Amino acid sequence: MKKFFIIIFFLNLSFGSAYSIGPDVFVQSTVNRASQILSKNISKEEKINRLKIIAKETVDIRGIGFYSLGSVRKNLNDGQKKEYFYLFENYFLKSFASRLSEYTNPKIEVQDKKVINKNYTIVNSLLISTPDRPEVKIDWRIYTKNPDNPLIRDLIIEGLSLARTQKEEFASILSSNNNNINILFKTLENFSKN
Amino acid sequence: MMRKLTIAIIYILLLAFNANAGSDGELSLNKSKPKEIKDCFEKLNRATFAFNKGLDKAIIKPIAEGYRNLPDQVQKGTKNAVTNLSNLITIPNNILQGDIKTAIINTGRLVVNTTVGLLGTIDVANKMGFPKYEREDYGQTLGAWGIGPGCYMVLPVLGPSTIRDTAGSFANVLGGDPWYNASIHGNNEFLSEGVFLTSKALDGISFRSDNLESLDNLEANSIDFYASLRSLYLQDRENKIKNNQRGSVEVIYKDEDDWEEIDTK
Repeated sequence: MKKFFIIIFFLNLSFGSAYSIGPDVFVQSTVNRASQILSKNISKEEKINRLKIIAKETVDIRGIGFYSLGSVRKNLNDGQKKEYFYLFENYFLKSFASRLSEYTNPKIEVQDKKVINKNYTIVNSLLISTPDRPEVKIDWRIYTKNPDNPLIRDLIIEGLSLARTQKEEFASILSSNNNNINILFKTLENFSKN
Repeated sequence: MMRKLTIAIIYILLLAFNANAGSDGELSLNKSKPKEIKDCFEKLNRATFAFNKGLDKAIIKPIAEGYRNLPDQVQKGTKNAVTNLSNLITIPNNILQGDIKTAIINTGRLVVNTTVGLLGTIDVANKMGFPKYEREDYGQTLGAWGIGPGCYMVLPVLGPSTIRDTAGSFANVLGGDPWYNASIHGNNEFLSEGVFLTSKALDGISFRSDNLESLDNLEANSIDFYASLRSLYLQDRENKIKNNQRGSVEVIYKDEDDWEEIDTK
């Protein structure tokens, strides 16, 4: 019986290390996957669809969605949360994928990483310059609470955070409309439809 | 004389107003967390933003697109020349911020590029291995001295700013920009107001040309383009004032706790 537990213990250890992935390796593998799609000779629509699949697997869309809402998220009931997440996911995937699809064959090199705490690591990378475009520094905020399943929570391009920009955009819509969450829902819905 | 006096009065008023608007009864330096920057004139700002967008669509963007069709060497030479001129504002600001080492490096860069680099059209200093050039201005210096940004503003034609940064821009015409002084007040046959304005226009067109796709993309993927640009401008200014090579977490996220609370797994 004791032997059985020891075997289970070592199996856990070995499986744990086999599936655990460093945030830097995770970022490099994610950008390599995206880069492959972007360099393929397929339609823009097809590229967007494939990028959406990668985003669903690697980005904490729910986390970004709630962060973008700021303190307003605390006032939502369960039904509103469910509706918001549905609308936000559609908005995010459309916006994220169409932003990325403008790039053709981007080459991103992961350079360094900085552990902020057990939940977050910032991975530093560089989008290599081309004759048409200078090099661009891209930092990734990786949520590492579950080390076996790291997730992207923010992209920081040349020091400018996409999550913070989005949060301030949402805050602006809410404050212009007396914090009426339904106006934000409608705006997100319209964006995804168009 | 009268013009200078008027500008000086506006400058003092802006800074005085900035102290009130930015401090909100409490010195921002005393706070550990970065302060939210208020959009005190949002309605007016949005109207100015709409005007600037119209101007951009009708004039600036088409010029920038035409500029993009010029030979690469011409575009690069123009960009190098206007960047080289910006050293004349950067160097005094390096000194005012106490960064004497960078002031010396930038002076060397200016001398080398203006002479060997044929009036700055060739960035010889870069090829010689000088450190990467970072522009500085009087708004950044005021920020580095601890003066808060005050309210966010959108200026006609010039675009996003804050009360502090607008006040900083006035310092250029109050003697802080040697290029302006030599062009407008200098007694020589080569420089004039027209040359100065052309150099500023070329700087703006070069910037717009570099950002044609990124601004189009941002507009297409924003649900509130005005708010997106405001956020990006303010983040960029914070990073520049703190001289962050890569955005620091403290600057990027106003409230780190906001992330910590979110646990969706």
